[in-house]
Amino acid sequence: MTLVSIIFAGILTYFTRMTMVALISRDMLGDKVKAVLEYVPSAVFPAIIFPGIFINDFGTFIEMNDPKIFGALVAVIVGYFSKNIIATILAGLVSYWFLIFVIFS
Amino acid sequence: MLDISPHMLSVIPFGIICGAIGVELGFNPYLVYAMSFIIFGGASQIVFLQLLSGGASSFVAITSVGIINSRHLLYGAVLSEYLDKLSLIKKLLISYVIVDQGFAESNKFFKKNRSEEYLHYHLIGTGCTMWVCWQIATLSGIILGSFVPEELGLKFAIPLTFIAIVVQDLKKIDHVIVMITCGLSSLLFFEAPFKSYIIISPVIALFVASLLLRLKK
Repeated sequence: MTLVSIIFAGILTYFTRMTMVALISRDMLGDKVKAVLEYVPSAVFPAIIFPGIFINDFGTFIEMNDPKIFGALVAVIVGYFSKNIIATILAGLVSYWFLIFVIFS
Repeated sequence: MLDISPHMLSVIPFGIICGAIGVELGFNPYLVYAMSFIIFGGASQIVFLQLLSGGASSFVAITSVGIINSRHLLYGAVLSEYLDKLSLIKKLLISYVIVDQGFAESNKFFKKNRSEEYLHYHLIGTGCTMWVCWQIATLSGIILGSFVPEELGLKFAIPLTFIAIVVQDLKKIDHVIVMITCGLSSLLFFEAPFKSYIIISPVIALFVASLLLRLKK
């Protein structure tokens, strides 16, 4: 069942890659649509970030002093200045681990 | 190869994380790997698994993959100018390896070398390099992931990964507004059935984005 969904998702993804290159002439996509598409990452990824930080495994809101909030803040600061994806992820994880294993344990 | 090599530094660990998270979320390792081959899109693969493991319907999971990957439409629209002369078969094959990093580098290269005839080989080169890296990295992640203890809370790497992807756009105020709109609506609609918040929030945020564009003019 999961495999079938993966295949559908794969076909859909391939279509997003192929449509503009092979099927339609490029002028079909108006400048307006192109301008809106520029916002896709900013319009999609916070829907993964926010719940991933503020909502716990049981589907309820976390407390304001949760280590995840601190880890996320560190990641934002490190990411903004380092421009390095891996440094950002590691900084967030390490500060999170520091809090849960050293401070709160 | 050379143009794309800096991106390996981020793609390989990202692939490892992606594979490891898939196993951590409790999926069959073969399925986690099959995604790298069939979908071949890092962020969307993580979201897909996360949604399914959280009880989303397949329809919602597939739709969100489509939304996340709709950015390829933009890449395709930009690249098609340079790929116009290729045969349909070549276009269909080349499309499979269009990825974010490959697009970024090849687009730079195309702009500099407009007149050359064999431009598309650059895109094939960047795309295939990324493809090989991605396959090896996710496989290693799947193997490593089976050793990572659950207490580490590796799931937290998911929001961190996406913070890393969008953080540079915090410089632009319009993007910040769009991000906050999306983030707040995702919390507001979190209880909506079938995890549909993952579709509702981007739609609201994109609507706000189009309003912003109108205001800018």
